Amino acid sequence: MSARQHTPETPRRRWREAFRRVQPYLFVSPFFVLFAVFGLFPMLFSIGLSLHRWDPAAGLSQMQWVGLDNFRYALLDDDWFSQSMRNTLWIALVSGLPQHLVALPLAWWLHTRLRGLRNLVLGLYFLPFITSTVALSLVFTSMFSKDFGIVNTALGHVLGLAPIDWNQPEYTKIMISLVVFWRYVGWNTVLYLSALQTVPRDLLEAAALDGARPWQQFVHVVLPLLKPMAYFAVTLTLIGNLQLFEEPFILTGGTGGIDQGGRTAAMHMYRVAFTEGDFGTASAIAWLLFAVMALATWGNNRLLGERKGSR
Amino acid sequence: MKPNIALTHALVGAGALVMLTPFWFMFVFATHTNTEILSVPPPLWFGDALWDNLKLLLLRLPSFWHNLGWSLYVALATTALNLFFCALAGHAFALLDFRGRDVLFRALMLTLLLPAFLGMVPTMLVMGWLGWMNEHRALIVPGAVSAMGVFMMRQYIGAAIPREMVEAARLDGCSEFGIFWRLVLPLSWPAMGSLALVVFIGSWNNFISPLIVFRDVENFTLPLALRSLQGTGQTPFGALCAGAAIAVLPLLLLFIVASRRLIEGLTAGAVKQ
Repeated sequence: MSARQHTPETPRRRWREAFRRVQPYLFVSPFFVLFAVFGLFPMLFSIGLSLHRWDPAAGLSQMQWVGLDNFRYALLDDDWFSQSMRNTLWIALVSGLPQHLVALPLAWWLHTRLRGLRNLVLGLYFLPFITSTVALSLVFTSMFSKDFGIVNTALGHVLGLAPIDWNQPEYTKIMISLVVFWRYVGWNTVLYLSALQTVPRDLLEAAALDGARPWQQFVHVVLPLLKPMAYFAVTLTLIGNLQLFEEPFILTGGTGGIDQGGRTAAMHMYRVAFTEGDFGTASAIAWLLFAVMALATWGNNRLLGERKGSR
Repeated sequence: MKPNIALTHALVGAGALVMLTPFWFMFVFATHTNTEILSVPPPLWFGDALWDNLKLLLLRLPSFWHNLGWSLYVALATTALNLFFCALAGHAFALLDFRGRDVLFRALMLTLLLPAFLGMVPTMLVMGWLGWMNEHRALIVPGAVSAMGVFMMRQYIGAAIPREMVEAARLDGCSEFGIFWRLVLPLSWPAMGSLALVVFIGSWNNFISPLIVFRDVENFTLPLALRSLQGTGQTPFGALCAGAAIAVLPLLLLFIVASRRLIEGLTAGAVKQ
């Protein structure tokens, strides 16, 4: 209660009082206005689009209601959709799982063994995450070239392998997965390290005093402690990997590669919408991909999420 | 040192070097002609064709400096707007009492769960209706405030601004915006530094939104311009790597100067799950 309450009511005062009350809403409104226009509306509109057949050039009045036909077409008749979905899941798994299998022990190693050099080493692993995907993917296209690429040269020298044609469908996905792994392994290491830093040191030291060997400590003490962060990090990996676009787009020159071996679902959606001009099917694909994403995160929740009632 | 510890150290170190190789070859190839890059084995050390590559880059992509300028303009404008609007909303969520505050905040956090590609197709239509196709505001305005940024600023302001100071300023008759501008903003610079880095880098690297919005090379941002070099006959790898190096260099410098703050900003949501 301030002294101002005692001053007589005047229109000017009342106006100021009203302003004071709407002020918080003004402060938070930019986010909600922009989200409504550029986030929520497009999303709702894409539900509508997914149920219509429409040539964008013909104007809004030419929208034709087709019910679930776009979904049926994508699921049953569009071979490239099912193939791109398989590609996406393959790349998501092959690039995603090793990220965590490397990042977990690496974070622990950085936390327990490296003192002075920790930030430098962490920085080197983390660097790919903040640099331009497009610029570096373009560099990768030359590194993965069949005849003169450094990757094949190195594989030939070290393992004696014959040059691999990375543009062949069976190798395109491996190439994309390698680049995705390279980009995100440091990010996951940072996440796990930040979780480790909240673990009291005496917990680890107590385990060491009990005579636990380092790897026993890791399995029995560290992994259970990191489970909540693993849930969060795997969720991010799933969401990111299932909508993979930039890496495959650049690495296959925007085409999807030979026999569409590197076309992901997000790329397919882009091409259906902007190359073929079929906004209805593209929107249906977006929602199908969203359903897969929801399913994957639900599965992850069952696997790594906090059980209700378990604690 | 036990042998297996030394071995793991070596492995971790070798891994770190492998992570660096693409950067190494980006800079090395930027200094070699295409013929040298296309030879076996490819060059491992710097050459002397950097100037020729830059000339070739400008020949194949005459708008390169404009593209660089547009990238800078979009990233700086997006960052400035984000700092202001995220801090403003963070101020309201952290320091003001108003009906529906918690519901609104929860709604804001829920928007983080919606993947951007869901609205990708209609976004182009929206930009068309607004008449923003091929214009840079189509990138700046939608990116002017982010849920993650509001969250970051609310956490920081809630924890770091002494309530007594805010109360005292209110009793002295300072307007709420005055409190925000003169008291909260100056005290929030650590969080704003992290937020600025995250937003700037995100905008600088953004590829999908400009891909949908822009048609004229003249207006492209850098990633889009670099990509346009691909697939026009023989890809000029030397020139391409020179361009890529120019696009990556500012990020490398930012990272060297402020990696701790950057990592703090990026993991802000993760630590406070």
